[in-house]
Amino acid sequence: MSFVAEFNALPLPALVRRSLSAGTAAVRASLNQTQPNLEDFARLISPAGGELLELLCRRSQALTQQRFGKVIRMFAPLYLSNECINNCKYCGFSRDNPILRVTLSVEDVLREARALKAQGFRNLLLVAGEHPRFVSNGYLAECVRALHAEIPGISLEVGPMETEDYRPIVRAGADGLVVYQETYDRVVYSEMHTAGPKRDFDWRLETPERAYAAGFRRLGIGALYGLSDWRQEAIAVAAHADFLLRNCWKAQLTISLPRLRPCAGEFQPLTHMSDRELAQLVCAFRLVLPDAGLVLSTREPARLRDGLIPLGVTLLSAGSHTEPGGYTGAGREKIHHTERGRIVELAAGSSEWAPQSDRATNATGQFEIADERSVAEVAELIRRLGYEPVWKDWDAALTA
Amino acid sequence: MRLVDDGLTIAGRAFRSRLILGTGKFCSPEAMRDALAASGTEMVTVALRRVDLSGGRDPYANILEFIDPKRYLLLPNTSGAMNAEEAVRMARLAVAGGLPKWVKLEIHPDPRYLLPDPIETLKAAEILVKEGFTVLPYINADPVLAKRLQEAGTATVMPLGSPIGSNRGLQTRDQLRIIIEQATVPVVVDAGLGAPSHAAEAMELGADAVLVNTAIAVANDPNRMAVAFKTAVEAGRIAYEVGLGAVQETASPTSPLTAFLS
Repeated sequence: MSFVAEFNALPLPALVRRSLSAGTAAVRASLNQTQPNLEDFARLISPAGGELLELLCRRSQALTQQRFGKVIRMFAPLYLSNECINNCKYCGFSRDNPILRVTLSVEDVLREARALKAQGFRNLLLVAGEHPRFVSNGYLAECVRALHAEIPGISLEVGPMETEDYRPIVRAGADGLVVYQETYDRVVYSEMHTAGPKRDFDWRLETPERAYAAGFRRLGIGALYGLSDWRQEAIAVAAHADFLLRNCWKAQLTISLPRLRPCAGEFQPLTHMSDRELAQLVCAFRLVLPDAGLVLSTREPARLRDGLIPLGVTLLSAGSHTEPGGYTGAGREKIHHTERGRIVELAAGSSEWAPQSDRATNATGQFEIADERSVAEVAELIRRLGYEPVWKDWDAALTA
Repeated sequence: MRLVDDGLTIAGRAFRSRLILGTGKFCSPEAMRDALAASGTEMVTVALRRVDLSGGRDPYANILEFIDPKRYLLLPNTSGAMNAEEAVRMARLAVAGGLPKWVKLEIHPDPRYLLPDPIETLKAAEILVKEGFTVLPYINADPVLAKRLQEAGTATVMPLGSPIGSNRGLQTRDQLRIIIEQATVPVVVDAGLGAPSHAAEAMELGADAVLVNTAIAVANDPNRMAVAFKTAVEAGRIAYEVGLGAVQETASPTSPLTAFLS
């Protein structure tokens, strides 16, 4: 059975209503549940739960330290390609955006990976837009195979595939697959995804299950906050996580909490989640899913990240670039426009070739980074907070 | 039950300390190093997935540099392995990387409770024992599985008190009692010991040693907590050797009713 059936039966609006009307006494009762359920989760993210935020934070911190220890695992995104066949209103990579695109060669990818390794990273997330021609599963398997000898932990965040198409990537040495549903609100989902295979909500929703069947041992899910009501999204994510923990029981689960950032296309978030509410959500996920990894990216500003680290976050990126070639300039000589799936070369003297002082490549990024501190600065900050930054926590050589 | 105590010996190697420490979850490698020293331990486990197995000295995976191999027996553990094949592979890689031919065999496919897979553990133990490894398997508190592993030639059995990191103490006490009673190899109670009193209780039951990680690593003061566990393990052991008084339902008066008969 897939999550789709369970998802369709979820009383999401009712849970949101109960969340909004919960009192602090109900929140306290849920805090004391030894086996909290979805209703308890709805209460923990309620406005009343917000009044008890300090208490939530204390509980979440203690539980996180007990389960994960005083360590923060580090990772970096490595963008392979910003080609895409989808149109997603909120995403800078949308096919109709006239951005500068590139797909890194395997050698380019190695160069980027080595730059990240020199900074400490032993755990990389390979990210690419969805484009079966530029970013095929064969290409992805080749990239993973090339990195395998040098990078112990490799995850992917790429367009969803069939189970059989994932297998060669797993065999090549990848251990994790990340796929965000973006929004669990079907109406908003169809409004946001106006063209491309991503329009199929159910196909995307079942992706983690297909990835698990193919042998991935780490699964990442999440909603992109800013498209629909954040409480409804969060409740759906919690339900999805719960399903995966029961059905894909050997996989390690991570949940990301990205909020929409400015990007090409000028899309403005449709809904708001405050910093306080983000902190509350981190704690609520921790309290109902004690063993789920919680991921915080550089989308969030430095001060907020520093505050969230001790509350329940367990995986952190740093020094990130969201443009392919952003770390070393790899592939910058190949940037181009793509129109209707065809590459359109830039004119020789075009201003789009002009080097920019603070950028290694002119390829366009997916979104703007808010925490621009260096990797070393973030690592030092983690130590100051009383945690050890852990760079290597897996080794593909152990199994493949 | 063994009637004679000759100290803790595992696979022919004698240990004065009956406390084994895990090295994960500490806030820094320095904090870990100091806590090991304070605990008096002579054997520590290290997760292979955190170690540079290439033989190089990766400064970003350098936990081993903080563990003096002259002072501690390094016990590589296979955590992260989901089946026998992966665990065997990890153990071989550890030896190839210069680590001792000892292995704490941990196969827990379920990342939530980290409960060990008995079938895969037995399979891996049989293979590794044949290859000459000293095998210390982490198991649920299942007396029959413990016997099967002993027959396969493992150096200890390491039944859990409760799930790893749960701090719930000896939830499996009745089963542990049977394992200890039937054991032909040292029994190390592993996992779930959240307080020194839990460790003392395990030792009072007759465990040969205990393994502690989370409770020390995430304590506000790991060094002092390490000392607390050290002391508790020693106290529990002495109590076991002396023999605890029988537990009774009613008070036992110091002026017995039959005093007039003497």
